[in-house]
Amino acid sequence: MRNDPTSQQGGSFYQRDRSWHPPAFTPDYKTSVLRSPKYALLSLGNTVSEMTGPVFGHDMLGPLDNDLIRNHAQTGDPIGPRIIVHGRVLDEDARPVRGALLEFWQANAGGRYRHKKESYLAAIDPNFGGCGRTITDDEGRYWFRTIKPGPYPWPNGVNDWRPAHIHFSVFGHAFAQRLITQMYFEGDPMIWQCPIVMGIPSREAVEQLVAALDRENTLPMDTMAYKFDIVLRGRRSTLFENRMEGN
Amino acid sequence: MVQPLRRLKESPSQTAGPYVHIGATPNFADIAGVFPHDLGSQPLDAAVKGERIVVTGRVFDGSGTPVKDALIEIWQADAEGLYPGQGEKRGEADPHFPGWFRQPVDGATGVYRFETIKPGSAPYFDGRPMAPHITFWIVARGINIGLHTRLYFGDEDEANAADPVLARIEHRVRVPTLIAERSEENGQSVYTFDIRLQGENETVFFDI
Ligand SMILES: [Fe+3]
Repeated sequence: MRNDPTSQQGGSFYQRDRSWHPPAFTPDYKTSVLRSPKYALLSLGNTVSEMTGPVFGHDMLGPLDNDLIRNHAQTGDPIGPRIIVHGRVLDEDARPVRGALLEFWQANAGGRYRHKKESYLAAIDPNFGGCGRTITDDEGRYWFRTIKPGPYPWPNGVNDWRPAHIHFSVFGHAFAQRLITQMYFEGDPMIWQCPIVMGIPSREAVEQLVAALDRENTLPMDTMAYKFDIVLRGRRSTLFENRMEGN
Repeated sequence: MVQPLRRLKESPSQTAGPYVHIGATPNFADIAGVFPHDLGSQPLDAAVKGERIVVTGRVFDGSGTPVKDALIEIWQADAEGLYPGQGEKRGEADPHFPGWFRQPVDGATGVYRFETIKPGSAPYFDGRPMAPHITFWIVARGINIGLHTRLYFGDEDEANAADPVLARIEHRVRVPTLIAERSEENGQSVYTFDIRLQGENETVFFDI
């Protein structure tokens, strides 16, 4: 069993469709120019080193980890539009990914990050830290509460601004699924002017990162809602192998 | 027409950006009090079996300048070659060993440093043993999709020579980009693994 090759191929992941992702070299996003490998990636596929991954339990979460309105509050609530972000983490076969750790970080309502390297003039909000995390439930669902981040200028072109966005880091069931991405907001015209977003080759793929305003899930007089589903790589079925092994 | 497969597409990757530390290592980013400690920065439990090692190095861009805002994650087997966490079908890994660590590079020097154990050998998908290795995942501003690579150990010549992954590197001159040289620090093995994103001696990165 220990070195039985057939027992290890089941559950390997579908090849990543790299034409759907931004390529490494996107010269309009200037920092990518010297940070993009020039050689082709070596196709490795999955070994046990890629098909395994760390486990994060719900018990590591604090009660305010998914509440960015309260988890850094000092003197009151942060300034800005209150929103709920919710959705599901699914795999490419639309199966829920349960137990996925999501980490998120963002600027405050003025577009300012709480970071020593940030040079934007917009004010720091004393009540807003800008980080949170949660773990998906058995149906792959997650939610968190935060302040809608503002757009911000960044040193790339002479006058480039990022659309409002929330950064997401996702751990699925295996290291092969590891993903960092960003969520944008429905209706924001700045999405289509951003060199980072436009590194994604197709409009359809960009739209996968745009969260929908979800009026059905707003809390009246309290909090707006956006729905954002995340898709991780899917895995091959083990059915065929089991059949070969006669079970 | 044939029946559609109706598969979803993986969410496109976006750069981790310059402020990834706010989300991944908020205590390192001076955002105290939200999480008790930065995930993946926990010291190695004294009960973990295996040889203690240090893995250190820097990430260089295509001009040879150290990258000072990168975040590195490592994932590895335990001393017996078994993976902790999920997905390991061959047996139970060391329950004290998390297998996963995460560190930012130093903002002034660009140096990263992990204190871990030397992993055992795990099998390739066809059952042949792979040489001991540590999987690296590198993200930073300017990296549009996280880069996967592997550290192999400089004092494992025999195992490295038989490693089925290293054997697939057509341009043999590139193999040393994955080999960490061993030195000693207070009697402890220190492996130096520099990652070159581009240019001379560009590290071999994998499509996994
Ligand atoms: Fe950002």
